[in-house]
Amino acid sequence: MEAVIQVQNLTRKFGDLVAVDHVEFGVYQGEIFGFLGPNGAGKTTTVRMLTGVIDPSEGSVTILGHDTRKESLLSREHIAVVPEEANVYLDFSVWKNLMLMAELHGVTRDWRRREAERLLNTLGLAERKRQKARELSKGLKQRLMLCAALVTGPEVLFLDEPTSGLDVQSARLILQIVTDLNRNGLTVFLTTHNMSEASEMCSRVAIIDKGRIAAIDAPEKLSSTISSRQYVEVRFAGATPDHGKLESLPTVLQIDSDNRTYRLYTKMPGQVATQIVQLADKSGLEIMHLSTCKPTLEDVFLHFTGGSREGGS
Amino acid sequence: MTAQRQTVQTWRRQLHGTLVILKKNALLYYLKPPVLIFGVLFPVFFFLAFKMGRPIAPENVVPGMVAMGLWFTASAVGPLVTPWERRAKTYERLISTPVSLHAILAGDVISGLVFGTCLSLVPVLLGLVLTNASVASVPLLAAGIIMSGLSFASLGTLLAAPPASNPSNIMLLSNLVRLPLLFVSGIFLPIGQMPLWAQWIARLSPLSYASAVMCSAFGHPAFFPVGLSLLMLALFTGGFFLASCKFHSMWRAKGL
Repeated sequence: MEAVIQVQNLTRKFGDLVAVDHVEFGVYQGEIFGFLGPNGAGKTTTVRMLTGVIDPSEGSVTILGHDTRKESLLSREHIAVVPEEANVYLDFSVWKNLMLMAELHGVTRDWRRREAERLLNTLGLAERKRQKARELSKGLKQRLMLCAALVTGPEVLFLDEPTSGLDVQSARLILQIVTDLNRNGLTVFLTTHNMSEASEMCSRVAIIDKGRIAAIDAPEKLSSTISSRQYVEVRFAGATPDHGKLESLPTVLQIDSDNRTYRLYTKMPGQVATQIVQLADKSGLEIMHLSTCKPTLEDVFLHFTGGSREGGS
Repeated sequence: MTAQRQTVQTWRRQLHGTLVILKKNALLYYLKPPVLIFGVLFPVFFFLAFKMGRPIAPENVVPGMVAMGLWFTASAVGPLVTPWERRAKTYERLISTPVSLHAILAGDVISGLVFGTCLSLVPVLLGLVLTNASVASVPLLAAGIIMSGLSFASLGTLLAAPPASNPSNIMLLSNLVRLPLLFVSGIFLPIGQMPLWAQWIARLSPLSYASAVMCSAFGHPAFFPVGLSLLMLALFTGGFFLASCKFHSMWRAKGL
């Protein structure tokens, strides 16, 4: 399968600082591709190179076969960008913002009017089409951004933290619409800090750290690669066991505790769960809750970016 | 599709993009306070400061006032647009559309030209109605306004290139360039009466050539021949525009 976005050896330097370091990946037709990384990891710089806003120092990006440097205009015809910070024209009305973006993309008058009306209805902005963008709330501005991106009829949609700081209603609506569009074939490049969002929506994710790709795969496959981050979570009703006794259980690698809840990391969660039950039985302890858990995408993220969960013992 | 047809289509798309930028700028920036202050109020106050209490025939002032009005108005839009868009975070979005940076900058230049041309008609009409000034050559006046407006607007776009996200910094820079040149370009004192060193500096200012064309268009003697003045204005336009494309492209990544 040919990649819609093909990134090869992509590097960007700012003076001596290497912000993006020989990054390579491909995004395929109809995918929602998650791009995760801590602050300063090189996410925004990578997205800016993909969208043709800045040129790479080395390497290349092609969008639907068009090199973003050699055929920059052709490559940009296929994309639309929804940045994290709503950057609509505040002194323009909702309608004028949509018309401007559509006109800049060369969308014909009839098409852009029809599409704009449809999108305003879908995103709940129809009644506000004559209202100036500065009068909209953050959530509504973000919906307008999505409208302005979609009215251009893109084949690839870049979303940068689309739900960051939004109310639940706007966030859900935006994610639902993106998911629906993806089902109809739209390829989505999603940059996010929200792990559950990425885990739910993305068919594959890439984790970037210090300018390099640390991992890239389907979320569930990434989870299974770090078996050491599987854990057993146990909560006791009354007295709690001695920390040392839990630590001495075979195959337990690490323990995090928070009040009466313990999280025991192990490669063999089933075996550890049995041992905990035996220990509780022997010591007369009452277990309120016991569960075995696979690592979440957040665990995967922390594993690959060298972070750790807060609140551990 | 043949390569030739594709080229024609690309040019048409980019021209369309330029006109969309022009429309956006006209709707958004023509009435912004910095444009009105530096583009409209400045030339009015300079005119009053120059004229009041001086025994100069009003009709002799008109060509210089037209050139000065155009100098301030046409170059007022460019320095505002890019820094304003950088600050409002709309710049990144604009340059990710399939409109080239050249077409965007051409839109900014034409925005300055249209703004300058419209407002330069005010001193022309006031001069014709209130003084004994008369236009000796309408085509030359029109050509002078267009060529001067283009070169001044290109200068304005060039001045907007440094990656400042605060428009006031760029307005300050633009006034540092525009104000000194005003005094060595034959607006207040004929170039021939200036010291030799100032006459050489006058040759480096597009306003000197604009002033010469206006003088010729109103039938007054000019320091530079008309042909040379129009040629120099065309060269200034080309030079400023190419330089602004170069610097905007170079500093595109900064100030995003």
